[in-house]
Amino acid sequence: MKYKSLVAIDDYSKDDYLEIMDLAAYFEKNPVQKLLDGKVAATLFFEPSTRTRLSFESAVNRLGGKVLGFSDSSQTSVSKGETLKDTILMVGCYVDLIIMRHPLEGAARYASEISKVPIINAGDGANQHPSQCLLDLYSITKTQGTLENLKITMVGDLKYGRTVHSLIMALSHFNPTFSFIAPEELRLPEEYRTFLQQRNIPFEEHTELAPNINDCDILYMTRVQRERFADPLEYEKVKNVYILKNSMLDHTKPNMKILHPLPRVNEISTDVDDNPKAYYFEQAQNGVYTRQAIICKVLQLK
Amino acid sequence: MKNTKTLSVSAIENGTVIDHIPAQNLFNVISILGLDQLTESQITFGYNLPSEKLGRKAIIKIADKFFEDIEVDKIALVAPHAKLNIIRNYEVVEKRQVNVPEQIFNIARCMNPKCITNHENIPTKFRVINDGKVKLKCCYCEKDTDIEHMKLVNK
Repeated sequence: MKYKSLVAIDDYSKDDYLEIMDLAAYFEKNPVQKLLDGKVAATLFFEPSTRTRLSFESAVNRLGGKVLGFSDSSQTSVSKGETLKDTILMVGCYVDLIIMRHPLEGAARYASEISKVPIINAGDGANQHPSQCLLDLYSITKTQGTLENLKITMVGDLKYGRTVHSLIMALSHFNPTFSFIAPEELRLPEEYRTFLQQRNIPFEEHTELAPNINDCDILYMTRVQRERFADPLEYEKVKNVYILKNSMLDHTKPNMKILHPLPRVNEISTDVDDNPKAYYFEQAQNGVYTRQAIICKVLQLK
Repeated sequence: MKNTKTLSVSAIENGTVIDHIPAQNLFNVISILGLDQLTESQITFGYNLPSEKLGRKAIIKIADKFFEDIEVDKIALVAPHAKLNIIRNYEVVEKRQVNVPEQIFNIARCMNPKCITNHENIPTKFRVINDGKVKLKCCYCEKDTDIEHMKLVNK
């Protein structure tokens, strides 16, 4: 049987996305399934990411598998100068599956080429983080009943936000309409605008938040990070422009839900948390079901 | 009387002549084709020759050496208009153009300083994208490297 690693969101087709959606719904109804009984997964986190690691480890545990790994490469032989290749080949002798996060871009793709066990990319630098994208898709499916024909409004750091870029690619299969709200400095890159134009996917661009959120089905918020700005003054100018407040939600659609990949800093005011349209904590919960689905698909268990 | 029109590179009996190389990329072509590693063939090259199309061009003559298409296509990135003349018994028996390949292996370096290929000893791999302008998309980090900024792998 040929395993298929998951490195980038476009490793999957539309059918693959829908299969993950069905599997995630199945695990949500039946969370404890001993499909990984007797199997071991490694979580190799060459840079720390507590949320993603715990979510994956929870998924493995719920499937009855065992987890080993590290959450910071400073305690491992990587700090002695071991190459990624050697680490992957060595760990592949101990486990059935490797879930890895690495600060360098392309690390997961390279690992998938040399590894004899499948790789799940849990983030490679600013490049890809496909499990986040799939859990976003699952959250959209769950709240809207479909992925088709939705209006998705994305806010914040659209230039560097990899979750934004992945979601655009994935949703392009489902006839969406997009609205992008960002400061000029963090505007969606040319390559993604071209991508949408080539596929005749309609989109609009705005710089103001409040007047432009009333017609969307999904409001996808992201964090505007200080470190993205070469000029700290530019950050100061825009940092408070994209803060979502509860009072802005009065005229939004009843089915609208607010998503955020988390962690949030101040871009969603805490008074939004109790609004039924806030969905970001459930979204994190969906991450466990989605990762159970991904693990099973990668290992071809279900 | 000195004849200023004589080309100071002599004809070859058998081998390959690569013409229409942009002068500034002569040494890149030599490096990509590994000509500096050849120990048998006699190689002569002309540098900074006048060219209507390129301004300054270079030409390489390699005696007793014939290239596979797949080898020659590697130079398309730095010499897209290069023409090959295959010489047998002092006659041009075949003319060939170079074609930009779909993928290139371990020729160029990725521009992205955070790419894994710039930190570990990994052969690079790119898909060649041509949307009006030729670019290389790294198969690892997925970032684009444009031809103007392209640096070659040190072999």
